[in-house]
Order: sequence, then structure tokens, then C-alpha cells
Amino acid sequence: MGTITLRNMCCRSRSLEFFVTLTVALLAYCPTSARGGDVTSVSVDAASRVTKLYGAGGIRGLESYQTGILVSSSGHIITVLSTAIDSEAIDCVLDDGRRYTASLIGVDLRRELAVLKIDGDDLPHFKLSTDSPRQAVGTRVLALSNLFGVAVGDERVSVQHGVIAAQVPLRARRGSHEAAYRGDVYILDCTTNNPGSPGGCLVTWQGLFIGMLGKELRSSQNATWLSYAIPANELAIGFEMILRGQTDQALPDQKQSPDFDLQSLGLILVPDLLNLTPPFVEAVTQDTLAAVSGLQIDDLVVAIGDRTVTSQRGLREELSRLIPGDPIQLSVVRNGSIVLIDLGLIPSIAEPVRKK
Amino acid sequence: MQQPPSSHSTRKTVCRNPVMLPVMLIVLFAVQQPVGLSADNDTFAQVLAAQQERIRTIATAAKTSVSIFAGSSGGGSGVLISPDGYALTNFHVVQPAGIAMRCGLNDGKIYDAVLVGLDPTGDLAVIKLLGKDIFPYASIADSDTVSVGDTCYTIGNPFLLATDLQPSVSAGIVSGVHRYQFPAGTLLEYADCLQVDAAINPGNSGGGLFNAGGDLIGINGRASFEKRGRINVGAGYAISANQVRNFLGILKGGHLADHATLAATVATSADGRVVVSDILESSDTWRKGLRIDDEIIEIAGKNVRSVNSFKNILGTLPAGWRIPVVYRREGRPTEIFVELAGVHTPAMLNELMAGRRGKPSAQNKPGNKPKPNPLAPDLKDLPDTIRKFYERRFGYANFFFNRIELERVQRTLEQKKISSEDRESTWRYQGHLEAGGSFTIELNDQSAKISLPTGISRWEQTVADAGLAAEAGFDASPPGSGGMLAALTMWRRLLLKGPKNLGGRITYWGQQPLYSTTTNQLADVLELTTGSCRAKFFVDTFGNVIQVTFFLGSSSTSCDLYFKGLGERGPYWQPTHLTVTNDGGRFATFIFDAGT
Repeated sequence: MGTITLRNMCCRSRSLEFFVTLTVALLAYCPTSARGGDVTSVSVDAASRVTKLYGAGGIRGLESYQTGILVSSSGHIITVLSTAIDSEAIDCVLDDGRRYTASLIGVDLRRELAVLKIDGDDLPHFKLSTDSPRQAVGTRVLALSNLFGVAVGDERVSVQHGVIAAQVPLRARRGSHEAAYRGDVYILDCTTNNPGSPGGCLVTWQGLFIGMLGKELRSSQNATWLSYAIPANELAIGFEMILRGQTDQALPDQKQSPDFDLQSLGLILVPDLLNLTPPFVEAVTQDTLAAVSGLQIDDLVVAIGDRTVTSQRGLREELSRLIPGDPIQLSVVRNGSIVLIDLGLIPSIAEPVRKK
Repeated sequence: MQQPPSSHSTRKTVCRNPVMLPVMLIVLFAVQQPVGLSADNDTFAQVLAAQQERIRTIATAAKTSVSIFAGSSGGGSGVLISPDGYALTNFHVVQPAGIAMRCGLNDGKIYDAVLVGLDPTGDLAVIKLLGKDIFPYASIADSDTVSVGDTCYTIGNPFLLATDLQPSVSAGIVSGVHRYQFPAGTLLEYADCLQVDAAINPGNSGGGLFNAGGDLIGINGRASFEKRGRINVGAGYAISANQVRNFLGILKGGHLADHATLAATVATSADGRVVVSDILESSDTWRKGLRIDDEIIEIAGKNVRSVNSFKNILGTLPAGWRIPVVYRREGRPTEIFVELAGVHTPAMLNELMAGRRGKPSAQNKPGNKPKPNPLAPDLKDLPDTIRKFYERRFGYANFFFNRIELERVQRTLEQKKISSEDRESTWRYQGHLEAGGSFTIELNDQSAKISLPTGISRWEQTVADAGLAAEAGFDASPPGSGGMLAALTMWRRLLLKGPKNLGGRITYWGQQPLYSTTTNQLADVLELTTGSCRAKFFVDTFGNVIQVTFFLGSSSTSCDLYFKGLGERGPYWQPTHLTVTNDGGRFATFIFDAGT
């Protein structure tokens, strides 16, 4: 399996080791000047081809802002397909403070790529090419993005530095949503998995455009947050298809049944008959996480972690954001007072419950 | 552990970076096997030289890094900025730690330290390390020259790991400049700050951000956190060195510093201009003529391009500074000089310092003992080593250091010797006005006289007055000057008697830019209150008292004296030029004859 875990990365072939060594050592030959020098000019130049995007969203985990990359002088912008751009009007702000309203041209569901358009002439942009070569592991990179939305108006997007740590097929998800794109991505050693970063631009220290920062996703295998970028040639393929009006179908539905649910935790609630049935515990299955942690019949679940829940539907929705390995704590009302129940880490279905 | 304030909601998540180890392995291999490369030796030597320079920079900078440990109250980092042990850190590190701190340096020793000054709004504090004559220290750079992409290092005590007193170093690049990070209420506002991807973690707070040359460009204090909990995710923020410089004099003077406001709010108009949306009618800004819908063009010599830049500029300025503001109305630009008001009242600041602002007062509840404020302790609760360096006074973090600074300025003033002959005699001046006509001025202990083309004005201290307040009999003469004769008399007394024998209360105000120059030069400022009169004396690095701001009464407009060429021709009380303004408007410019 391609996803990087520590284990399979370490036992990769000797040839990779040699290759990596060679690359890193070669890169070390570019001395960095004290005052930023090339990094400064590359950053400033690249930032002029990157836009801050503001759209819909704004609820937890679904930011209302992200980043876009200008790919034509007339104002085509590629970005990550997300709820933020699922909006009538997408505001687009360039590094000189110029403000545009962008419209959605089309989407590539397979690469989760969207193309927007603003009305402009002679805009600075990166040229996309389906022939863009893949970059070697060890390549030093700069990641430019609307990180945390801290850059406003005519401020430049944020620049982070890093190295391509691996190139592997993406296996990622968020809650029960599985990423549609399953092609190769660059895994980065800098943290680009942050609000606002999706759609950000990855360039080499020489200023070559090599990829677009991906969504805020976690590895399907080990639940770590992935900092990854989709390589430039994939973006070019998606972009050209969108412009031709074609759509590359998403691969067969990747949605898996969730790895766990209330039942697997051992929690049985009263029948959910109403729109807002309160999450009262009707029964607790023996030898399950719920039983071990001390949940009792008639407990009313009022919060999961620091999120308040008022209905069974709300509880299920909150649970769908979690995956095995996440900590899970419930606040319940019992005999008029609030009791905190720590269920520990969510086990995968296969894993038996350890008795305390 | 003291945690930097977060910009985002936090949620605990177990997180491991799966790529770090492989990358470390890669680097290891790269170091072990540099052979097999066909690059020429020159390039290789260059790389090694760059590496040696980096090692040197870090070694030098690490010596200035302070690891602050405050027991159960946490701790943080700091950075030394002078050989006599003054160090910078964050307010949010010092607040729980209290007046007395224990600080480690990488020489392996632990030093006592005492709080000097606080800036709660700007999240800045000055402390002083004790117990050594000469400390290593970092030079403060001009942070306006920092560019995105510049190499930078954060050095400090993340997660309070430096129990061996060796600070942690993280290398990165500058990710953004002139960033604005919103305050919580009025606390911990990061204006015009630097954004870096070098790691800033809890415990790094208060530590130095260094450039590639090892100079200090900022004070680390804040980071964006989100779903992974309170760990670095590549977006940290540092208070800019230039903001530090603006506040340093005030903080070294033991003050509880306040930030400035124009007493006006701005908004972006439909066509992208920054216009005044509201203004307080009791403010100096209003008095000087600013009105709603005026477009703000420049503040303190910096362009205002957006609401963010308006906040960025003002957020780095101390209350009490006088700065130029340029606004445009009906196409015409106008420049005004505005006395910047404070964001807080002294009482509010005091509550901020105590960490009580907005919380119900414990004293009001019967039977409830108020929680002791670690920043306003009883002397008996302080360690012996610290007690003699602390003096509690309202409006100050530590009044002891105000005396220290006052004495320093006094020594500067004493560099200027006045002959005993000049002490006894009347100081006589003559010359002509820039606007035409001649003048004479006479100053001595008991009287002052000015003769202008418009008439003669005089002040005399009567025998009856002499026993009373020193300012008795002062008035606003000559007419239209706001009290030029009184201001000159005060100025003469300071030159002759020194700051401590003026009568009234004199304190070290801090540093402030000289209004008369276009440079960013800061002058030490002494503030005198005597009776209803108030005066600010600006002392340059050579000991010249080159500017005086005088208020006759609490509701009076200011009379400002701007001296030029003091001592250039003859004794140092002899200027070549003197400009007098009243409430910012020019009264007259005096051009002095030589040798009078």
C-alpha cells in the first residue's frame, strides 16, 4: 500500500535511499544567502500568482476561505473543490489588493479540482502543462497559501518552506468522507494541513510551479493529518478537461461504511422517532467501550468532546467526524448533574475491547 | 506551562508527523555520504562556509536566550538586550510568574531576575537579570527591513524543555510581514507583527526571533493553533523589533505602558479609501480638525492603505506620543500633529496587569480574601535578593526602575557644564524673527522678559510667591504663545539645577520621537508636574534639552519650544534657532545673533 507510514517508508529500497541522499546532497549545493535572497524573490513572484479566496462555509472544519492559483493571463484560477467555493459569489483578492468576484467554470470530481474565472487581462499566472515532470523526493519547496486567513487585502499570502518527503498514492479521508483522488501526491515535511491552505501553491526554490496543496484530510491508515500536494501534471490534465467541458467521473463511490458507530461502542439509544429525539441511553451492551467506561441506562448525552449535542441526529453527525484512534469523551446528565465519561480512544471494529 | 494565546479554537488531537523521521534519516545519510558527487570544490566550500556561519550565528544568539522558570506558574523564554542584564519577554509569561523570577542562561547558571516594565496590550515585558556585571546580549535590528523568505531562528524554551538551561533552536523562513493579529478584548494585540514558519510552541513565548546575522528582529509570542491542539503548525507570530523599540524606554522606566488610539475609527469606503467613520469629540484628534469622512493618508510617516494598515501603524505606538497625521478632505491634504490618547485608563491597566479585568471583584464578596496579585506583591513576600529592586506604585510595574532611568538622564544632563559665572548671571538673547522684526529675551532666577515687535511681556517672581509653589505667577505670556516665558524659565531651571531640584514631581516618561526632526531618533523624556503646570523635557543623547512641551494648566493648550544648534556658538544654553508653537500652530521662529 502506498500511503506513507513510518514502517514502510523505512524499509523502502536501498535505491531510494541512495536517490534521496543524492538529491539532498545536490540541493545542499545551493547555498542560501543570509537575506533571503532567492527565496525572497521567488516568494514575492509566486505570491503575485496566488489569490486569496473567500466563499461559503465558516462552520467547524469547513472553512469559508482557501487559496487559488492563477493559471491564465485572462483570469482562470484552479483551486480545491470544497464547500468554500460552493457559493454564488466567490471573492478573490490578489496580492496587490485588487478584488474580483469569481465564477465557477467547472469541476473535476476525480481530482476534486475546481476552475474559477475572474475578468482580468495580463494577470500574472503559472503555466500548466500536462508534461510537467514529477519532482524528486528531497526537492526543497515553498508552499504559499491563505494560511489561517491571516493575510488580508494587499498582504501577500503566507510562505512556508519544506522538502518533498515522499511521492505516493493518496489514501485519505475526513470522517467518513473518503478522498476521491487516489493518484500520486507529494507528501511534505512542513505543515500545510491548515485552514485556508487548500488550493495553495507549491513551487521549488527556483520558482518552478510543481503542485497544489490539498484538502485538510487524514491518512486512511493511521489517522495522521496529511500535508500533501497534487502534482502539476495532474492539475493540467484536470484543467484541460474542465475547459473542454468534459468531466472525469469520480471513481466508484469510495464511501465506506463507517468503521464504528454507536452500536459498536456498545451504546443503544431510545428509538429515534422524532426530529430531535434526545439521546437518552436505553441500554448498554456488556463488555463494550460504553459499559467499561461506566455509561448507564437513562444517561442523557449532552456533549461529545467540547461539542454540544441536543439530538440523536446531532450526536451521529458529530460521531461521523471521528475515526478510529480519536479520543472520545461524552458528557451525560445523570440524576440532575453532569458526569464526564471518558471512553478513551475509538477502537477499530476488529479490535476487541480491553477490560479495565 | 505558559501557553501562547491561540488565534483559533483548539481541539486536542493525537498527532504525529509521519514524515519527520524519514526526513531526519535522509539528512543523516546526506551528512554521512557527501561523496559520489561531481560538484566542484568551490561550491562545496561555500556550503561549508554557510553552514559555519549558521553555527556561529546560533551559538552567539543562544547565549542571549533566557529560560524563564516560574515553578507552578509555568515559565517561558526571554532574550537579553543589554550588557547590564535587561531582557525582553512576553507580558503573558511574566503575569503569572510575578515580580521575582529565576532565569537560566546557556552558561549553565541560574540568575535572579526582577520585573521592570509591562505592556499588557502589546504582550511585552522588560525584566532585569541580576548577579553579573556583563551579560551577553542581542542587538535589536530594524524589523522594517525584514522580507518574506528571509532566514530566521526562534530560540527559546519550548515546552519548558531547557531544564539543562540550553535553549532550543528552530530554523525557518519569514512567512509574512506586517501581519495583524486581533487582541482578546484590548489585551495581547499583535500589530505589524512578523509571521514565521520556524517553530513557536508553548514555552517559546518571550524568546527571540533572530535574523541570519543573529540580530533580534522580534519577540515570539503567539501562534495559530487549530485541530491538533497547542503545537506549532507552521504559523507563529513575533512582535516586531520596531514596536519593541517604541516601547523600550517606557518599559525600562518601570511603567505600565499603554497603547495609542486616534480616538477615531475608520472604514473602507466603496472606492477603497480609508475614511473616518467615527471620532470622539473630546479627543485631541478632533480638536486638531479631523472629521468624519476625512480620508486618512498617512500616520506617523507611514502610508495607510487599508483598515489593517491603520491598525498596524497605531498598534505599535505608545499612548502619549505626538505624531503627524495626514488626511485629505475635498482633494486637499492637511497635516496635523496629534497627541495620541491611551486605549485604557490607568485603573483599567492596573486591572489588566492583575489579570482581573472583566472578572467580578473578589473583594466585594464578604469573607472572600482577594487573590494576591503576583505583580503587586507585599515587600515582605519578595525574596531578599529582589526586595531592594522593587518599589510599588500605582501606574507603574516597578517604580524602582523609574528612579534608575531618571538618574541615568541626570548623568547625561551633567555632561553639560555651566560656568559659575553663567549660573549667577542673567541669560540674554537677541536676534530677529523669521517673520521679520527684532527681539530680545532675558532669563534669570526671579524674572523673565521678552521684547517683541508686538510688545513686551515679563514674568516676575514676587517675594511673596517665592515661598509658595515654584510656578507661582506663571501666565500664558507672551500673548498667543501658550506660555513661552514660563516654558523658558522651566527650561533654564532644569539646565541649572538638574531634574531633582525643580520642585514638584519629576519622573522618567520614557522615550519619544523628536518632533522637530524627520529621523526616527528617540529622545529621553522627563515629565515634571508642579502645581497645575506640566512640562515634558526632551533630552538628546548628548544631554541637550532640545525640546520642551509645557502646559500651564490641566485644560491649557501646549506651548512647545524646539531648540536648534544648542551650544554651537558659545555656551550650550545658546541656540541658533528656537521655534515656538502653541497647540501645534506656529507662534514664532527666533533666529539668534551670534555671541549674545
